[in-house]
Amino acid sequence: MIRSNRTAAARLSTLVALAGTLALFAGAPRVARAQNPTQPPQGVRLGLNYALGTKPGVLVLPADTTAGDSLRAIIQRDLDYDDRATVVMLDEAGARALMPKSGDRFNYPLFAKLGVVAILRPQHSLTGLTVTMYDVASKKRVQTGSFTLPDTPNSAAWRMAVHAASDQIGKWIFGTPGAAATRILFSGGDKQIWMMDSDGANARKLTSLTLAMSPGWSPDGRRFVFSGFTARGSQIAVYDFLSHDMTWQSATPRGLNITPTFSPDGTTIAYASGADRGTDIMLTDVGGNDPARRITVGRGSDNTSPSYSPDGRQIVFMSGRAGHPEVYLMDADGTNPQILTEFTYGEAAYRASPDWSPDGRSIAYESRIDGSFQIMTIDLRDRTTKQYTSDGENEDPSWAPDGRHLVFSSTRAGPRELWILDTESGRMRQLTHAPGARLPAWSPLLAGR
Amino acid sequence: MMPRRPLLPTLMGAALVGAAVLTAACAKKPVPLAPTPSANADSAARADSIARAEAARQAELARARAEQDSLRAVREREQRDAAQNADAMRVLAATIYYDYDQSDLTDAARSLLQAKVPVLQAKPATRIRITGHTDDRGSSEYNLALGLRRAAEAKAFLVANGIDGSRIDIASMGEEMPAVQGENEEAWSKNRRAEFAPITGGSEE
Repeated sequence: MIRSNRTAAARLSTLVALAGTLALFAGAPRVARAQNPTQPPQGVRLGLNYALGTKPGVLVLPADTTAGDSLRAIIQRDLDYDDRATVVMLDEAGARALMPKSGDRFNYPLFAKLGVVAILRPQHSLTGLTVTMYDVASKKRVQTGSFTLPDTPNSAAWRMAVHAASDQIGKWIFGTPGAAATRILFSGGDKQIWMMDSDGANARKLTSLTLAMSPGWSPDGRRFVFSGFTARGSQIAVYDFLSHDMTWQSATPRGLNITPTFSPDGTTIAYASGADRGTDIMLTDVGGNDPARRITVGRGSDNTSPSYSPDGRQIVFMSGRAGHPEVYLMDADGTNPQILTEFTYGEAAYRASPDWSPDGRSIAYESRIDGSFQIMTIDLRDRTTKQYTSDGENEDPSWAPDGRHLVFSSTRAGPRELWILDTESGRMRQLTHAPGARLPAWSPLLAGR
Repeated sequence: MMPRRPLLPTLMGAALVGAAVLTAACAKKPVPLAPTPSANADSAARADSIARAEAARQAELARARAEQDSLRAVREREQRDAAQNADAMRVLAATIYYDYDQSDLTDAARSLLQAKVPVLQAKPATRIRITGHTDDRGSSEYNLALGLRRAAEAKAFLVANGIDGSRIDIASMGEEMPAVQGENEEAWSKNRRAEFAPITGGSEE
């Protein structure tokens, strides 16, 4: 389709193409005959009407930049993966047919008919990218944002900058940013640490050890901590993204040292250290060589997988102290340990891999139900639990910074892969296509990185 | 494998015997231009020389036989020792198995561990590493701790039976190094195990 073609015939075919390509990612579109066609040219009937449910419809217009098409595609995908809006999908020609001939004079009633609440217009600018948002109800421009884009389209940094624009759009519409400008660390099928963008792009291997497991982000997103195995045993290591240096933590040089996590202030690493006496949670200063402080009294039991509350005051972890693996809470200094999930005497439960949500309100974990592991959350106010999965083995949940999405490993489609779950809608998507992926850790927001 | 023994002493023995026979053969020949000694003295000297050579030959043969016998004995002893040592190492390295999600020692595991005690007592310089493993069900992080607890239980048994704990290192690979691939009880039961290996290369760390 040619944008400048104004003949009636061209208009007609454009609108037919538009009707044919109009599709929604979520929600069943209900096609009905329009009673009152709004503003179509003489002889053209725009017979489309969408019931959108509660999620507002957004439409991303084609961008007038050299990398415009992929830029539009990334923003559309980010908003779709964000799960808060319904992205009205139009092919480029269809979308161009809806652009005003000049300025901002959109045909708002037509957009309203398409179920569009917000129009997003990305444009090339001196800084890289300018995005303008128009509110269909009030028929006016409501937001404009400028985003610096690196010179190389589709480079990792360029994509991250576009994701940051998508997150800002989420903040305009809903008040809180999305979680597109994030990355996910995980253990690959080759037993090394890998990292990929939250949309699955830019997968790359970061370690070359006998075995590397259990990555965890620093709160500033500049480093990660993990458990590395060498001929001498397993040890906690910190990897710095800027220098690419790997530093072994020497607080507990011998034995089994696993499941590290950063404290929210970034100064402390909590991890599990095992020896003849069992495995206990330890604390050590980041980078320091101070002796580790043991904070669990497991009496020969196994205590692993700590995760801090966002305020740093408490730690959730798993322990076999009651004879079977369960999830426990304690204060960050190890005092006041208590079982988190309701304890049924004689029940051979297996609950594991707790991860504290960024809003502090709930904890995600895995629980064995009828012989298979499923992803659960528990609300910390009333201790109600919710089960999200039922197919295959589902393990290792990790929260996105939006407090809404979880990444986890699952065998639901065959070999173990990473999947992303929207805890609000229950919608799931497969993130990796690399058999054996597990132990994911979702980064904080990485805008500008 | 049998160590190779040097063949040199045997060869030297054979050479000496050969030399002695040669000397005796030469002595039988008359010496044409020699002054004429008395016939009796001459024949007596010849007979004496023959007897001496024969005695030397017999002695050498006996010595070579004795050497062969002793070499054979050494070889046999070494073979016996090697076989015994191989048996001992097999006993020491025998893998023990555990029940699902358990680190308690089964009766079978106890008897395998008990058999390792005299081996370790007979080899006071030998140090071993016990590595615990799990099947791949459950949290792979928690399984590392479970594998270590399995190794620790095995170590505790050996220590309780008189083995110095400083000779035993424990480690865990959790579910990361399965002995058998597969998602069934047959595979799982072979993966829930502790493996024993002598520590080589001198002192650790």
